[in-house]
Amino acid sequence: MPHIALPPEHIGIRGAMAFRPETARPLNELVEILLAGPSTLSKGERELIATYVSSRNCTFFCASIHGMIAAAHLGGNEDLVKQVKTDFTKADISAKMKALLVIAGKVQQDGKLVTPDDVQAARKEGATDLEIHDTVLIAAAFCMYNRYVDGLGTVQPDDEALYRERGRMVARNGYVHTSKEYLGNEATESVAG
Amino acid sequence: MAHIALPDGFPGISAGFAFRPETAKPMRELAHLLLHEPGSLSPGERELIATYVSSGNCTVFCAMSHGAAAAAHLGDSSIVERVKADFLTAPVGAKLKALLVIAGKVREDGKLVTEVDAQAARALGATDLEIHDTVLIAAAFSMYNRYVDGLGTWQPTDPAIYAQMGKHLAEEGYTTPSIRQPEEMHGVGGRK
Repeated sequence: MPHIALPPEHIGIRGAMAFRPETARPLNELVEILLAGPSTLSKGERELIATYVSSRNCTFFCASIHGMIAAAHLGGNEDLVKQVKTDFTKADISAKMKALLVIAGKVQQDGKLVTPDDVQAARKEGATDLEIHDTVLIAAAFCMYNRYVDGLGTVQPDDEALYRERGRMVARNGYVHTSKEYLGNEATESVAG
Repeated sequence: MAHIALPDGFPGISAGFAFRPETAKPMRELAHLLLHEPGSLSPGERELIATYVSSGNCTVFCAMSHGAAAAAHLGDSSIVERVKADFLTAPVGAKLKALLVIAGKVREDGKLVTEVDAQAARALGATDLEIHDTVLIAAAFSMYNRYVDGLGTWQPTDPAIYAQMGKHLAEEGYTTPSIRQPEEMHGVGGRK
């Protein structure tokens, strides 16, 4: 049960966002830019970073929904998502992605753990400064989203089919657009442009 | 040295913001809403929560800049030092102490917050919105701190630099840069 009176009809972060639409707006805008905006990393790759960090923070809602969004971007390959969660070093992803996940895993623990060697290793596999920046910020941002979802005691249903369906929808429509469903058009207007 | 080619002369998060203005915008807006906009918790109290979390995460830039902002709001830097060292004995209200307990747990892991923690805060007068904002401030600083540390930004330790920054943050909030001309920094604290 949530620690405060969140609207009962919304699960996970959506309950918290519906409770406080003012802060929901920049929270949705940030995730839209990082995971769905223009980037040299594919949407699937960026969702895998978000999924990996959420999984390490043991935040069931975020790990489940972003895992399903990642799978939707990756041709429905849920096995790949599971492999990244359990041991990404053996997953069928690029060497560059593996080097970025090392950095993301360190940021998840403590940003100070990232070393020049980690960054050099990513660069050697072709990562740009912007890709490294965004990897650090995705990992940092999910340390926020995860804590927000867990810290309020939001409802996190154990229902794979539900996350699969929502994952496909968010992959198709993006974060800001999907948020209109629980925030109303008004709260999302200023980010629409 | 920063891990990527961040613009020279900007300390802490201002370097990340200058490198990537697109993501800086919602990050600034979030901080402004949580820390600066009118609320039933005073800006000084909210800056103390941000300072406490940043200090627990050992992120020098955030702990010192938000500590300076809190001191500017409260007109007293000794309270800030007391909160960092041991908030239970600091001269702050009982409600804020209950909220700092929640913030400290969120900093570690949101799952550590219990219904008892929320009840304790409520018994001391905290509203649901205040509890929500405390959780989100602590969560947001778990992001800002990791961003600042994870990029290897320059984090000066000279309090004089932060006094100026804290005054700006307390007066203007977070939607405009507190560091407009990085060159100014050299005159204040110098740069290695």
